[in-house]
Amino acid sequence: MRNTLAIRPLTEMSRPGYRAARFPTPDVPDHAPADVLPAGALAAAPPELPELTEPDVIRHFTNLSTLNMSVDTHFYPLGSCTMKYNPKRHERLAGLPGIGDPHPYRDEADLQGMLQILHELQGMLAEISGLPAVSLQPAAGAQGELTALLTAAAYFRDRGEGEQRRKVIFPSSAHGTNPASAALAGFDTVQLKPTKTGLTDLDELASKVGEDTAVFMITNPNTLGLFEKDIEAITALLHDHGALVYIDGANMNAILGLTRPGDFGGDMMHYNVHKTFTGPHGGGGPGAGPIAVRDFLGPYLPGPVVKKVGGTPERPEFALHTPSKSIGRVRSHFGNVGILLRGYFYLRTLAAAGMRDVSERAVLNANYLRSKLKDVLEIPHPAPCMHEFVASASRSKKNRQISAMDVAKRLLDYGVHAPTVYFPLDVPEALMIEPTETESKATLDQFADIVRDILTKEDAETVKTAPHTTPVRRPDEVKAARQPVLCGVAKGCGTVPVDEVTVSA
Amino acid sequence: MLAEVGAESVEDLLAQIPASVRLDRPLNLPEGLCESELQRHVAALAERNRPRDAANFVHGGGDRVCFLGGGVYDHFVPAAVDEIAGRGEFYTAYTPYQAEASQGSLQAFFEFQTLVCRLTGFTVANASLYDGGTAAAEAALLAIRETKREGRVVVLGSVHPEYRQTLSTLLEYLPADVVTVDCPNGVTDVAAVEAALTDDTAALIVQHPNFFGNLEDAERLFAAAKAKGVISVQVFDPVTLGLLKSPAELGADIAVGEGQGLGIPMQYGGPYLGLFACREEFLRKTPGRLIGRTEDADGRECYVLALQTREQHIRRGKATSNICSNQGLLALRATVHLALLGPQGLREVADLSVRKTHYLADRLCETPGVTKAFDAPFVREVCLRVEGGARGLLGTARAAGFDLGPALSRFPAELFPAEMRAEELVLVAATERRTKQEIDLLAAALSDDPAATPLDRGEPVLAVA
Repeated sequence: MRNTLAIRPLTEMSRPGYRAARFPTPDVPDHAPADVLPAGALAAAPPELPELTEPDVIRHFTNLSTLNMSVDTHFYPLGSCTMKYNPKRHERLAGLPGIGDPHPYRDEADLQGMLQILHELQGMLAEISGLPAVSLQPAAGAQGELTALLTAAAYFRDRGEGEQRRKVIFPSSAHGTNPASAALAGFDTVQLKPTKTGLTDLDELASKVGEDTAVFMITNPNTLGLFEKDIEAITALLHDHGALVYIDGANMNAILGLTRPGDFGGDMMHYNVHKTFTGPHGGGGPGAGPIAVRDFLGPYLPGPVVKKVGGTPERPEFALHTPSKSIGRVRSHFGNVGILLRGYFYLRTLAAAGMRDVSERAVLNANYLRSKLKDVLEIPHPAPCMHEFVASASRSKKNRQISAMDVAKRLLDYGVHAPTVYFPLDVPEALMIEPTETESKATLDQFADIVRDILTKEDAETVKTAPHTTPVRRPDEVKAARQPVLCGVAKGCGTVPVDEVTVSA
Repeated sequence: MLAEVGAESVEDLLAQIPASVRLDRPLNLPEGLCESELQRHVAALAERNRPRDAANFVHGGGDRVCFLGGGVYDHFVPAAVDEIAGRGEFYTAYTPYQAEASQGSLQAFFEFQTLVCRLTGFTVANASLYDGGTAAAEAALLAIRETKREGRVVVLGSVHPEYRQTLSTLLEYLPADVVTVDCPNGVTDVAAVEAALTDDTAALIVQHPNFFGNLEDAERLFAAAKAKGVISVQVFDPVTLGLLKSPAELGADIAVGEGQGLGIPMQYGGPYLGLFACREEFLRKTPGRLIGRTEDADGRECYVLALQTREQHIRRGKATSNICSNQGLLALRATVHLALLGPQGLREVADLSVRKTHYLADRLCETPGVTKAFDAPFVREVCLRVEGGARGLLGTARAAGFDLGPALSRFPAELFPAEMRAEELVLVAATERRTKQEIDLLAAALSDDPAATPLDRGEPVLAVA
């Protein structure tokens, strides 16, 4: 039962003098801050944080948690996000003493177990991608893209082609991060036109590729869930012009052990450890976005990477190493190790046969669901799909004014998270559905039945005004954009005046 | 299932992958482990990170006593933080695109933004970036967009070397140059900064307290920037804001920081938490996710992803950043942590860290050849000079069960001016977790007198917490 009192904003629950955490009394002599620091540096009072008891805090956040849908509580077929089950064993192992607590500046000799894990992970990611040089540093997929593009830029500059190769090309169905990363890496961006087949048009690509092309970024299977059947010709075309091919690894869950980016002509790629290798999504992060590249790009990778160096008593086995022509660092410290570890645990559990099994089941699940839905939703691209598919609600939009967003919102009433909506941009009223391999046939059947009911049995008004049973209904996003309120009220935190504060329902 | 899709086998579905690129062998990966085997395997590796030496004498648990700093600190994490962050409803949810099904995460992130605003004194904070280093780079990029000055970004040599490396790498192929004002004396010379601030400078990046642990003359630095129309960025340490003036009060325009000290385990470098707050006028140019408060269709207060038109999934190549995630789970941890500490708790953590670090500095300076590197007020970290090089001191401490550092020699030498003799410098920090007994044992272990320490006599000394 919902406790609305406990989910009032923390700042409203605050009562002067309440506190949860206590700390030891000082056991060292002297050195009070007022004695050792200049008065001009000190604040008159500590920041206005809420004052609460521990039960207040626990009750607040526990109640808040019940307002979320999550993989642990609901089917979550959010396309392109690979919302697979996150094994509980990973959480326990990631917190073991010696694993969850080492300071990043400990001596390497005292971190040999950690470095061994990371070294082994580098090797496994190289094998799965078919690309031998790996950096675990990028903090997320988007940062992996940027890191790879900076690596490519350094490579071209080193070859004296830096001024010449200005362009990064990508299909219209690309993730928004592709052009955003290319712009940050200083490149000009060129977008291809959408195609009827959903696949890259070789002729159009050929007309855009030239000696000024640096990189072609492509997701394969692409964001429509289709394998780019001409991928070899595509990568050959780019290589003929001296350009590099970047594989956006968001959809790796479809091809593990079946084919490898390095084998179909990719020169660089990123993994989303939080998608493919079960790092929990964390409410939107943290992720980890390691990259794998061809050997000739390895010297440019950010450092440090882990290298196997010795194994003698004088020299520890594993050491941190900065590649010879490294672009530097894209963040502080080694990487999002906590997430990388979960990827390692997953790979050590599933191994080669398990990897292939993951992708085969993900593909089967997606095709099954696609087939179950093909008479109630339009599916613009031919079967089969890979691990996800994009359906369109344009017929229902036209006939009954029920949009993709309406379907998404109504699904929430049934206790199912919505698919990704309105992406890719090429498909009108898009619903991008990725069931993942960890869902059972029964769950897929239930989902198909619910979608069918929504589109064929339910009253249009009920769907268009959904959701009806969620903790809140559709938010006023226009108001949120026009009169943004981004922090709660406090003295000195005056986005809204104090008298506008209301107790939430 | 195959019958439903009209396939005889999964292979039929995979026929869309050209045979020529199919992998014709199993992946070459280590053999699979079941849960109990994995547990055993990982526990064995974990033990390799817990050297069984003299550390056992000090801490019954076998871990070294941590006096490491450099932007990451061994602060206490209350159990309640782990308990909340361990709820699957939080950690297995994704980006709250569907607000109706994500009010838990959305409200928690809104509260995070509120608390970051209260720490920094600003009215705009985002829902977090990757870490302190990338947050500093994002601040520089915002400054370039805002000022339309593409000449240079000035960064002080007293900013964390890894943040400076990150900034240089991320700005390498953009027009602005990254210009460093060296800091040989541990506190930056304001006149040198003034000279570096040209008319085409977009941002001045100041860490306060700085990487060496020292207070900068932040107010004068920010005033100098303001006089030139340069946007001031303060890299702050949230724990020290229990005592120090906020970035807004000091006159910064943007505050960025590493939030690791707010309830986040050290986990060998990440994931951590990039904090980002700024003046309200930069709102529509801020990078990253923002949560806003609004009303639902029934007029109920609720929370939603706000101002998404800044972001890559809509603005693509013209987005304010390429970031597509936030450090959601870490932002949640920091929110719970700050809610548990409250103003007094945060002040006590800062106060204890200051006291213990100063006591640590005094005791370590009793060691022959060890002095404070700079004659400047320091806060919760101190930079020591070890005559002839820091390596020996660190090794002696390690052998006795204590981790000190980072030694500046672990960073690329070109990041510090030669006159600093950085190879002799080492940072140390003592948080509220350290005890006087631990500090005294360390001092004894480093002393020249072999009888001074029970460790040298081979006697176990179990610290009683």
